[in-house]
Amino acid sequence: MKRILTVLLVILLSLTLVVGCAQKAPAPADEGKEKMKVGFVYIGPPGDGGWTYAHDQGRKYLEQELGVETIYKESVPEDQQSEKVMRDMIDQGAKVLFVTSFGYMDHVEKVAKEYPDITFMHCSGFKSAENFGNYFGRIEEPRYLSGIVAGMKSESGKIGYVAAFDIPEVVRGINAFTLGVQSVNPDAVVKVKWTNTWYDPAKEKEAAITLLDEGVDIIAQHQDTAGPQVAAEERGKFSVGYNSDMAAMAPKAYMTAPVWNWGPYYVQQVKAVMDGTWKAEAYWGGMKDGIVDLAPLTANAPEGAKEAVEKAKADILAGKLNVFAGPLKDQNGKEMVPAGSVLSDQDQLEMKWFVEGVEGKIGQ
Amino acid sequence: MQFRLVKKPEITQRQYTVIILTAIALALLTSGLFILLLGLNPIQVYLAMLNGAFGSTYRLEQTIIVAIPLVIISLGIAVAFKMKFWNIGAEGQVIMGAFFASYLALNYQDAPKPLLLLGMLAAGFLGGGLWGLIPAFFKARWGTNETIVTLMMNYIALKWITYLQYGPWKDPNSMGFPKIPNFTANAILPNFLGVHLGWVIALILVVIMYFFMNHSKKGFEIAVLGESLNTARYAGVNIFRTILFSMFISGGICGLAGMIQASAVGNTLSVEVAGGVGYTAIITAWLGALKAPWIVLVSVLFAALVQGSSYIQSAFGISAASASLIQAMILFFVLGSDFFTKYKVVFGSEFLTRGKEARE
Repeated sequence: MKRILTVLLVILLSLTLVVGCAQKAPAPADEGKEKMKVGFVYIGPPGDGGWTYAHDQGRKYLEQELGVETIYKESVPEDQQSEKVMRDMIDQGAKVLFVTSFGYMDHVEKVAKEYPDITFMHCSGFKSAENFGNYFGRIEEPRYLSGIVAGMKSESGKIGYVAAFDIPEVVRGINAFTLGVQSVNPDAVVKVKWTNTWYDPAKEKEAAITLLDEGVDIIAQHQDTAGPQVAAEERGKFSVGYNSDMAAMAPKAYMTAPVWNWGPYYVQQVKAVMDGTWKAEAYWGGMKDGIVDLAPLTANAPEGAKEAVEKAKADILAGKLNVFAGPLKDQNGKEMVPAGSVLSDQDQLEMKWFVEGVEGKIGQ
Repeated sequence: MQFRLVKKPEITQRQYTVIILTAIALALLTSGLFILLLGLNPIQVYLAMLNGAFGSTYRLEQTIIVAIPLVIISLGIAVAFKMKFWNIGAEGQVIMGAFFASYLALNYQDAPKPLLLLGMLAAGFLGGGLWGLIPAFFKARWGTNETIVTLMMNYIALKWITYLQYGPWKDPNSMGFPKIPNFTANAILPNFLGVHLGWVIALILVVIMYFFMNHSKKGFEIAVLGESLNTARYAGVNIFRTILFSMFISGGICGLAGMIQASAVGNTLSVEVAGGVGYTAIITAWLGALKAPWIVLVSVLFAALVQGSSYIQSAFGISAASASLIQAMILFFVLGSDFFTKYKVVFGSEFLTRGKEARE
């Protein structure tokens, strides 16, 4: 008993001693109060080679362009822990926060209410407030293009798609991809496998293997890591990545990927905050804004794909081609978008149905 | 080289202090090397950890928020451990407590706030307590291994919440994202002096458990049962009922922590509601020597370590894995030193001579 007391006293004393010193030598985080500080909340580690990697590239670009200081925290779960991470960053002096996954939405909303002077930017959600905007990109456009590549490459007419959650963001991507596939390979089907995780290299790879066992010869993905790419590589099949160029992870399989380019947008937003001109908005940029694009096609891509992609891209940029233009039917053959009209942005944001040719279920 | 472990006689306070200080020094040194490998200045990182845990009112509050569940769950675990019933199932008891409380929170959101909160506290206690009763019954009736049973029941509890979150309790307004709807304001524990009411509950529990374990008949019976089954039998303790009773209390207290985490911190139930704190609390209960007041001190220090290593991640851009590595290294040495207060290592020649002496 006495012993424990001594030990604890000793620990406490040494702690107070160090704290005493600490006050004399403040940690680097507390310096430079004048400098703009921007915080980034990540769902995975920046080394995931995918989603978080792309955001981290944007963060580095922001630092380089504006000379602002940035802090980030990786692998933050999409629950109450994210609120603490945001508050911690504000405590450390962050004035602008980029919170980069869908599941943080309600938590951003809550913290934004507590800190009206801080600017919150939530990626991929749909809520907003005076100091809380959301931003995303029409990744559907390059996804459609990647579907063209996959559709031309597939011999079996079966393409696998490893997908995270059955939320509109993911459903939209699967539909756009499938429509791209069908534009060159009308009878091809896209088989969907849900993982219920954004970031889990092993689980994502496993899902891809299941699909490959079912006979698909191309793997596409809406996941944050290159796990599915690796599965395709190991089986000698081909793949379409996501988020960033994944050629290094699967050199023999990888053909192309819809990719994000967040940097310029981050610079523009932080600049607006610094100038005092920032206003909450729901930003949804497309290929013409440069926030999304298709990564260069590798030698694995089929012959003629480059030309087909370039033509479709030019049509999208020129406004001649809309990914979600009618006629569109759902899985049961029911007409969802009549010929001559296009799916509205609002309907896209709430998309809860698969187009014809997708094999998979929503809402399980 | 030959060596052997020899049990030490009681050691003096001075020796004890030396061992602990050496452990802390070694811990700082080893993780310092690792920090150097990361290309950072270890002294700066350590100072930042302290700064991150105690450096401002806000940070102190955050440290306390981390400490609250540690204190409460450690108190719960201590009851079972005192009886030498190795309850590794705190994690599951926390989860089931949170589940019971959440049932009320989600279904009776319009009830008056004080009534609803009290109901949730009671439900939390009941949920954790019942979950604790199951392994207690198996142990008391058939002598099953409680370590295995309590541990396995954690996974059952976790999978049950996973099922609810992805299935019947999924928020219909979340556009398909698997989360349980948020509690209404009625079901959320209010703040008191900057931190949610959980800290008051924790302190009240500390006092209650101190008196229960040290000055009540039941507490005494639990301690006797822990010391020796036969003595307890001679003394006329009802073994079956004591095991069941103490595990109900142990699990119930853990369940209270579950209610507090779900209500005040999460504002809803999720698979992360316990997030491993049920396991961490085993360490703090043990380091606190299963004694109520010490558990508070150890838990706060532990929370400071957690909060500090979270702080250095964003302050220095250290990866989450590296920060936990530093945290684990410090813990490894402090926990490991406990061993050297009870045993000492005797090397080859010394061991032989000593053996000879003993024979002569």
